[in-house]
Amino acid sequence: MANNFARMLSSKRNVRILSLIGAGSLTAGFLLNREHVTAGAQARRVYPASAEYPDLRKHNNCMASHLTPAIYAKLVDKTTPNGYSLDQAIQTGVDNPGHPFIKTVGMVAGDEESYEVFADLLDPVIKERHNGYDPQIMTHPTDLDSSKLTSGNFDERYVLSSRVRTGRSIRGLSLPPACTRAERREVERVVVDALAGLKGDLAGTYYSLTHMTDQEQQQLIDDHFLFDKPVSPLLTCSGMARDWPDARGIWHNNTKTFLIWINEEDHTRVISMEKGGNMKRVFDRFCTGLKEVERLIQEKGWEFMWNERLGYILTCPSNLGTGLRAGVHVNLPKLSKDPRFAKILDNLRLQKRGTGGVDTAAVGSTFDISNLDRLGQSEVQLVQTVVDGVNYLIDCEKKLEKGQDIKIPPPFKK
Amino acid sequence: MPPVPCYLTENKLIPRLSPEEEFPDLSQHNNHMAKVLTQDMYTKLRDRATPNGFTIDGVIQTGIDNPGHPFIMTVGCVAGDEETYEVFKELLDPIIEDRHGGYKPTDKHKTDLNADNLKGGDDLDPNYVISSRVRTGRSIRGFCLPPHCSRGERRGVEKMSVEALDSLSGDLKGKYYALKNMTDAEQQQLIDDHFLFDKPVSPLLLASGMARDWPDGRGIWHNDTKTFLVWVNEEDHLRVISMQKGGNMKEVFNRFCTGLTKIETLFKDKGTSFMWNEHLGYVLTCPSNLGTGLRAGVHVKIPNMSKHAKFEEVLKRLRLQKRGTGGVDTAAVGGTFDISNADRLGFSEVELVQMVVDGVKLLVEMEKKLEKGQSIDDLMPAQK
Repeated sequence: MANNFARMLSSKRNVRILSLIGAGSLTAGFLLNREHVTAGAQARRVYPASAEYPDLRKHNNCMASHLTPAIYAKLVDKTTPNGYSLDQAIQTGVDNPGHPFIKTVGMVAGDEESYEVFADLLDPVIKERHNGYDPQIMTHPTDLDSSKLTSGNFDERYVLSSRVRTGRSIRGLSLPPACTRAERREVERVVVDALAGLKGDLAGTYYSLTHMTDQEQQQLIDDHFLFDKPVSPLLTCSGMARDWPDARGIWHNNTKTFLIWINEEDHTRVISMEKGGNMKRVFDRFCTGLKEVERLIQEKGWEFMWNERLGYILTCPSNLGTGLRAGVHVNLPKLSKDPRFAKILDNLRLQKRGTGGVDTAAVGSTFDISNLDRLGQSEVQLVQTVVDGVNYLIDCEKKLEKGQDIKIPPPFKK
Repeated sequence: MPPVPCYLTENKLIPRLSPEEEFPDLSQHNNHMAKVLTQDMYTKLRDRATPNGFTIDGVIQTGIDNPGHPFIMTVGCVAGDEETYEVFKELLDPIIEDRHGGYKPTDKHKTDLNADNLKGGDDLDPNYVISSRVRTGRSIRGFCLPPHCSRGERRGVEKMSVEALDSLSGDLKGKYYALKNMTDAEQQQLIDDHFLFDKPVSPLLLASGMARDWPDGRGIWHNDTKTFLVWVNEEDHLRVISMQKGGNMKEVFNRFCTGLTKIETLFKDKGTSFMWNEHLGYVLTCPSNLGTGLRAGVHVKIPNMSKHAKFEEVLKRLRLQKRGTGGVDTAAVGGTFDISNADRLGFSEVELVQMVVDGVKLLVEMEKKLEKGQSIDDLMPAQK
């Protein structure tokens, strides 16, 4: 017992010294690149890494596929300057062995620096999840010039609604798995402050989850805007639901076509949507709104987390790059029953979901169709992919209606 | 007891975020932690950590995330290690006092595991008392508690516990079933025996972090006769249960004391011991389980008594509590109740089991009277 105690004492001393050294790297965070980030203080360690290594034999997620004992041993004593550790990053993947149909990511970032300090694990996870994108050698293109989008108006006999969503993180504040209450409240303050500066068709109102009236709550439910405390263990195990509903809220514009979630799974989730098939207008508003919000936070000295290696930084590695999901609710009664449907979607780099979102089933023959990719292509490229792909699907549906045959398109080339 | 060192936390290096900014919103909350925690207290405690790095935010997270149970005033905080109770005493002492009937920071707790000191208890009427059970918890000194332990520590607790349990003999001889290595047949048997514990679903427990890495390091040990059962790494390092059908609480308590004493000896042989001190008794994860950590109870058929207007008053005077037969937060089925001691700290094990034995005996007497249509007024007990 005395020996353990003495070891804890000395490691704690090291911690205090190292955390002073680590201080400088946070202020240098604005100029973040790999060489400038120092791993933070040594975490408390009483057992060797081999005794702490998780039992992943029954696991099927990206983290489990890439976390070797060697990588674990290398990273386990490191922390980010904010004190976030590898064990925290992988906790969700340890606690959730695997989804039967979807290979989940199995880890999260607690802050921007996680992607640097734990790169030995995150880079291969990112590469697997993002279809071969290698963060060590590639760069990610950001393009929010919506004027480049062509043919973005769908046939409304088939497309019922159009939507584009992404996320944004405020640089300098920890992400939802790791943030303190004060940081989370600061995120809320910074974003709500900026949103209050939006004008014209973007002008809107913020509804804090803590202070919502019953009436406001019912309206938000009726509009399908209200988000609730997450129940999925994939999310809760990462710690992002702590202190619910403190500093969480929903902002939307008066016309209900531009919506922002604050402090749910990310600092912000930004959603542009409308009924019908005018994806062009949805994307225009998306880009204008995002750029306006960015301008407003920059006026106050803040910025979004972004770098050219990984694009926009979000909590889940699956949302890096653009963090963008552009999709439609589309009626495809004949095509959806065709055995070639899955292959067609695959080659178009599209995915189908039920109209309740991820992990739901389709109702009737109305599907949620959206882009598969997030990282390695720009926003304009991805939305164009959805536009071209959905137009192709509608074309197939029309052909099948007329009794004509359809073709599987060639696999998508970037 | 020597002063426990505490260290400055690895503070978040964002100087503009103050303790006022960090203070939780407890305006909708109704638990012991929310009653006690003030801004000033939080500001003071925020700069501390136990030698294992456990902080005030770790202590109170479950109480923030769970504003209140509708019927039960929950504690709203947990310990991450033995030192938590010292380092954060400004918060925990008033909570302990409120929860444990006025127990003061200067009070001493008596431990008495000598089963010979129990009077009677072998003759509770089996026509009414269906089963008898005594449980407690134990923590192994030198390891962090379930909310804070690492995988390595949890596995260390498992290994040491299983080694100790494997060396028990006679009617205590038994076998360990690790949750993650269990066969389907073993699992089914444990379910049929009502021994199997599952990953907690209660947000009260989950929010404290004690379910991390499930089912790694968790398991169930029981003796061959299925009367002595140990849970490893559920809500505490060890939960120890002695039980049998019928009303022979004396025998149950005998086995309980013998088993615990033997296990403690085995741990001492290995150079460690249970977490214990003369103020708080046995130290466990939840402040509600300090002292003895003991719940001695019976399943008893009292359909008439339980409908009587004075039922709650009688229980209160006897220092007993009722639960449904599924345990905490369940409803009674068909007039059969789980009746156990309400106290944990400030009374010894023998004293608490004595209260249950005497109290249940009286309840059964009252039940018999009510069956015959007689009054129970002359049986009303004084406040214990």
